[in-house]
Amino acid sequence: MTVNIDKLRKMAEQITANMAYTDDQTVVASKVADHLNRFWDPRMKAALRDYASAHSAELSPALRKAVMQLDV
Amino acid sequence: MNGNMDNFYQVGREHDYGTPPADSENSVSLSIDGARITVPEGTSVLRAAALAGRQIPKLCAVEDLSAFGSCRLCLVEIEGRSGYPAACTTLVAEGMAIATQTPRLAELRRNVMELYISDHPLDCLTCPANGDCELQDTAGAVGLREVRYGYQGANHLAAETDASSPYFSFDPSRCIVCSRCVRACDEQQGTFALTVDGRGFDSKIAASQDQPFLDSECVSCGACVKACPTATLTEKSVIELGQPDRAVITTCAYCGVGCSFRAEMQGDQLVRMVPNRDGHANHGHSCVKGRFAFGYANHPDRITQPMIRESIDQAWQAVSWEQAIAHAAARLKTIQNHYGPKAVGAISSSRCTNEEVYVVQKMVRTAFGNNNVDTCARVCHSPTGYGLKTTLGQSSGTQTFDSVMAADVIIVIGANPTSAHPVFASQMKRRLRQGAKLIVADPRRIDLVESPHTRADFHLQLQPGTNVALINALSHTVISEGLEDTDFVASRCDTEAYRTWREFISAERNSPEAMQGITGVPAEQVRAAARLYAGAGNGAIYYGLGVTEHSQGSTMVMGIANLAMATGNFGRAGVGVNPLRGQNNVQGSCDMGSFPHELPGYRHLSDRQTRQQFEQDWQVVIDPQPGYRIPNMFDAAINGEFMGLYIQGEDLAQSDPDTQHVHAALGAMECVIVQDLFLNETAKFAHVFLPGSSFLEKDGTYTNAERRISPVRQVMPPLSGMAEWEITCALSTAMGYPMHYAHPSQIMDEVARLTPSFAGVSYARLEQQGSLQWPCNETSPNGTTFMHVDEFARGKGLFVPTPYVETDERSNSRYPLLLTTGRVLSQYNVGAQTRRTPNQQYHVEDRIEIHPSDAEVRGITDGSWVGVKSRAGETVLRAELTERVQPGVLYTTFHHPQSGANVVTTENSDWATNCPEYKVTAVQAYPVNQPSAWQALFQQQAKQQEELLPSVLPG
Repeated sequence: MTVNIDKLRKMAEQITANMAYTDDQTVVASKVADHLNRFWDPRMKAALRDYASAHSAELSPALRKAVMQLDV
Repeated sequence: MNGNMDNFYQVGREHDYGTPPADSENSVSLSIDGARITVPEGTSVLRAAALAGRQIPKLCAVEDLSAFGSCRLCLVEIEGRSGYPAACTTLVAEGMAIATQTPRLAELRRNVMELYISDHPLDCLTCPANGDCELQDTAGAVGLREVRYGYQGANHLAAETDASSPYFSFDPSRCIVCSRCVRACDEQQGTFALTVDGRGFDSKIAASQDQPFLDSECVSCGACVKACPTATLTEKSVIELGQPDRAVITTCAYCGVGCSFRAEMQGDQLVRMVPNRDGHANHGHSCVKGRFAFGYANHPDRITQPMIRESIDQAWQAVSWEQAIAHAAARLKTIQNHYGPKAVGAISSSRCTNEEVYVVQKMVRTAFGNNNVDTCARVCHSPTGYGLKTTLGQSSGTQTFDSVMAADVIIVIGANPTSAHPVFASQMKRRLRQGAKLIVADPRRIDLVESPHTRADFHLQLQPGTNVALINALSHTVISEGLEDTDFVASRCDTEAYRTWREFISAERNSPEAMQGITGVPAEQVRAAARLYAGAGNGAIYYGLGVTEHSQGSTMVMGIANLAMATGNFGRAGVGVNPLRGQNNVQGSCDMGSFPHELPGYRHLSDRQTRQQFEQDWQVVIDPQPGYRIPNMFDAAINGEFMGLYIQGEDLAQSDPDTQHVHAALGAMECVIVQDLFLNETAKFAHVFLPGSSFLEKDGTYTNAERRISPVRQVMPPLSGMAEWEITCALSTAMGYPMHYAHPSQIMDEVARLTPSFAGVSYARLEQQGSLQWPCNETSPNGTTFMHVDEFARGKGLFVPTPYVETDERSNSRYPLLLTTGRVLSQYNVGAQTRRTPNQQYHVEDRIEIHPSDAEVRGITDGSWVGVKSRAGETVLRAELTERVQPGVLYTTFHHPQSGANVVTTENSDWATNCPEYKVTAVQAYPVNQPSAWQALFQQQAKQQEELLPSVLPG
């Protein structure tokens, strides 16, 4: 692992919490994915995606959905 | 090499029309000494005469101050009226016929002058004002030839000089009690530190309770010194050096107000900085930093020769520019060959000019071939960029500073303008004295809450970290009480987004009653404040880093925009959302494409059309994916995949949070290139040091918090031989991407060519206009005063729901207090500049403010040493017991590196931008009797670094 995954996870969950003004997880997930795609270096996105594929249960449901929409 | 000397903008004495301009659309015609003139209604006869080219003798009048009518020199005769009215207090009327010179007037003026001179030292040849004395000039103008009273009578000639201020001298023996200084302190600065003590012959000027200036309430803004018509108040530099022989108009390099100054020179020697009356941001006012604290530019600590070393424990080796650039380029290329092209990056500085910043991001995207560029705005106003772009469509403040003069209700959130943006604060206080209402939202009782002749109507003293809870409660009140501007929302904002937001904000959980347990602000106060703001004709919001530097910084910015949209406060004078930028060129460094996700003009990399435009112009392929932000760079360095960093004028090792983490990251890199004036804290980790140039040594532009692009003009050659943009271009060229500009104006031409909002900007236009507010293009060729007038930059304004998410950084039994940070007036940011000036006398050390009750239970006394420990680290500071902070809250500044304020701040950051959460750190405080382990190490390292400097260096 080339990046600190705990930190990335924390940042991604923070983004998710700030997008979570609706109960519609699909809406939240697409907003989170859009944010990550626009502002994260692809290496960070890739690390999060790799982590999610092995530990998806540890991510919040919306973030789990969002990771599937990352452009890396 | 040293800039284009043709661009020098040399000017003579500043004009002075005697009284301020009148603001009226009606005009009045009159005759002055037979000459016809038409002026705005409300103009004084004195000003009208000056505009007609007739200089009426005067002493107590000056254009910056309202007319006073005390000196009795500007007397005139008006046809059909009896007596000799003072021209300064008499307003023009239609058809008036005025005589400014008659035998009777000449006699009266000579009599008055005779009285003044009978009590004045007649040592004009050795007086510091010689060559710049209005008293002397006026004596000459009225033809004074004798003083019939003699000089032996009672006088003030033995009055003692007060030299307590490091910057100016007060010699009351030369005073004519015109009260210009008193009025400058009242009207311009708003501090009311000066007064006329006594009456009649005994009248004298006194600071506070007749104290030395240094011990008084004086804030050393210099307004009184500028206003003084004699040598009574004089800059010490003028006393020492004599009168300047030329002036160059330039822009201050301190805060985001961006004051215009006349750099008054003798040859290459800067004699004094005098605020420019025609300056659009400051209108002739200044603060202690811009006016006086420029001595750092010639400080012996300046490093003026490039240096290199193999590793950071080795001694520095002074080398030529060619060697330094070649060495830096070779090391960066070696890193890229070994770790890949994305293993290097750069950080641009908000202290540098637009042109210097632009070439840094261009170098990264071309020579480095990646998007790893970020700017120090990351750690201050990146949430402003994100939040305002999202809601309004443009990453900038919406107004001019002058707009505040039309505001009816002003909200100040998380900003301390009297300390951090003092010249704007003076203007705001002027408006408050005219009757505007003020709401302050701040955990600490800042000076604006209660200052001479101004008082906040509400001080919402919230808990640190609860901004979003508060703004939601304010917006909830507006919606639930039906106070919104429905017409504005319907016509100007996105309907669907508004509906979603309205539903969100109306929820009971956002009510002031539900939020008061979180914010600590009584619900009734919040409701009353919301009513006041929503009911104002014009409501203006000003905010600072107390809004952005939080885990929800971006959310808060959007919350502010939501509130302003809901109440229709956009698109005209007196309203808007106004970020107060910390550094001189925060706005500019963001505008210039310094962020890893966007190109100049805030255009995202994923926008193919924009990318192609740059690709064609630059002849490279641009990576459409964002690069690393500063904190990402640090993490990647520690993980061994980011190894080379070029840092333009920023002291990361001191200014960024969680010092120990930053030091570990910098220490892990294989090539750190520091470009700075001084061997700063970051340079301790550097392999290459490239000497920077001060704002006095180069041409360029800064963009202030109003989007105002102002010229910076070279007044002396760069001490190191190279301006900073030239250094970057040389490095880029050595890295294989040639960059050649003959002058910064060519860089601005490129910016204008590639950036729609800058299309109309050029040095020629700046020369004509003095300054330009972007957007400046075909649609608004003279720039843009107010943003979002007919529609928002994004079309329809976008309401964004802003759920309050508690920060992780909360207090508990181990860390029961919340530490927040800020600045003082006299020091600037990490103090690299101001600590190297006599400003140091005003603030010799950072202290920790603690409420007396918190201090008492811990056995902490005023002035004693206090250990402050957080989850990140521990430092020791001296205590200041004060009720400015509420119980449970600590406050400190970060102007001195050995204070280690950032040793305790954590790496928590804003969710959207990673702007660090400087403003909230959970800590414990306890009495100690020695510095922390970190501070001991700091001392040791500082000493080591000094020993590693080559002895051949000048200074």
